[in-house]
Amino acid sequence: MHGDEACAEGAIAAGCRFFAGYPITPSTEIAERFAQRMPELGGVFIQMEDELASIAAVLGASAAGARAMTATSGPGLSLMLENLGLGVMLELPCVIVDIQRGAPSTGLPTMVGQADVMQARWGSHGNYSIIAYAPWSPQEAFDLTVLCFNMADRFRTPVVLLGDEVIGHMMERVVIPPAEQLPRWERKRPTTPPPTAGPYRAFEPDPDDLVPPLPHAGEGYRVHFTGLTHDERGYPDMSGEAHHVLVTRLNEKIDRHVEEITRLEDYGLEDARIVVVSFGCTARSARRAVREARARGIPVGLLRLVSLWPFPEAVLRELAQRVDTFIVAEMNLGQVRLEVERCSGRPAVGVHHAGGEMIHPEQILQAILRSAGR
Amino acid sequence: MYTEIRLAGFGGQGIGLAGVLLGRAAALYGGLEAVMTQAYGPEARGGASSANLVLADEPIDYPFVQQPDILVAMSQEAYTKFRPTAKPEALVLIDTELVTPFAEDVVQAIPATRLAEGMGRRIVANVIMVGFFTRQTGFLAREAVEQAVRESLRPKLVPLNLKALAIGYEYE
Repeated sequence: MHGDEACAEGAIAAGCRFFAGYPITPSTEIAERFAQRMPELGGVFIQMEDELASIAAVLGASAAGARAMTATSGPGLSLMLENLGLGVMLELPCVIVDIQRGAPSTGLPTMVGQADVMQARWGSHGNYSIIAYAPWSPQEAFDLTVLCFNMADRFRTPVVLLGDEVIGHMMERVVIPPAEQLPRWERKRPTTPPPTAGPYRAFEPDPDDLVPPLPHAGEGYRVHFTGLTHDERGYPDMSGEAHHVLVTRLNEKIDRHVEEITRLEDYGLEDARIVVVSFGCTARSARRAVREARARGIPVGLLRLVSLWPFPEAVLRELAQRVDTFIVAEMNLGQVRLEVERCSGRPAVGVHHAGGEMIHPEQILQAILRSAGR
Repeated sequence: MYTEIRLAGFGGQGIGLAGVLLGRAAALYGGLEAVMTQAYGPEARGGASSANLVLADEPIDYPFVQQPDILVAMSQEAYTKFRPTAKPEALVLIDTELVTPFAEDVVQAIPATRLAEGMGRRIVANVIMVGFFTRQTGFLAREAVEQAVRESLRPKLVPLNLKALAIGYEYE
């Protein structure tokens, strides 16, 4: 199965029954799969007029209670960013898939890129936290899409699946477990009936985790949703104090749960003096390079960032205590390298390529050999 | 085992399906790891098309074919373009009537398209080639490829394609 198809199947397995999108290479197969599958399942597939409308429809579906998703590539994500911020502000769970291609602008429509890492993190205006995962195989495109929906509902927030063209278009075996074996975390929902007078406080956080329960449209709760800074009722509150309280909470509900959100895979880290950090398709080349270097007796390991955001700062800080060198392999000019340098407090070796073709294992192996003084 | 395979021809020959059949046979019924990537021109038919498979008995990291161990060429253009990219000692399978190999090249040849025309269905030349490939390479059980045919095609097309597979497999 293609990575793109596996992503769509993961969403469907997670209970997603609403897809609104505007097809764009190399994510088109996701929309195509949804167009085929939604009518069979009684779900909704809408090809919208553009990406702005696509994510707006997804937010609306989410407010009505649906697990909802859109899929695009870099140029489309650029257009979605305004409403991504709206999703953050309204705290509406949804999944946004970006199958990255060569960028900026129209770039390389049919060829791979990994340069939307910071766009996923900071693309919308303002100071917010985001959750993002990067699959390295069609199997993970399935598994992580399920996880994206669970995380979105768990934290009542948009979540980004940051795929890439290589993973989207390669075919590999995908095992789809029976539905009852898939984990499903439900949204936190109101525990009290609609108030007899006045609005339901749809933005009053649970003190335990700062995530407010979400009532769904049509359930009888009077709620107010606005992108303006709002109080716990959702009513606009144009004060610096209210703004600080809200924005801080939107960040902290994610930042306090970094460990719960983080997914990492390590290979050979226990004895490593050199650590290669990579993600997505490039991590496949990195693993090959690490295997070959270890076969030559070099103490090198791979830290694969399955989750990219929030960045696993504590893990990097801890590793920096016992590791000599970090090598960051990524198909951009240093977006994750800067994060690794920030967290480890030292310069890292970058193996970078602007995109269009995968970084070859040999390039990473050469960087490992140089770092090992070979 | 780590084998790189390139299947190439022109759009419309079912090169992609041939790759899917072999990949599924390997990954789902053959106990192997398999990765397939594809390349094709913008044309729906007639342009260059290739399916690239890596088969291995361990997890496959780098997904792309770099220097094929096996080349299947179903057009002269594909042969001329890709023969130099394959290993000099590569196993090369060609459609006899569509490809004239380089003078020094050792190839295994089958008139797949003519045999398919003999069945009245030129479109199954790709599956005849898959059968020939299965026999010539020997690392996939015939039953595994048959199962891939059953799982990948609409039921009414399965008997025809199993027959095509048999013709390719049994070709001497």
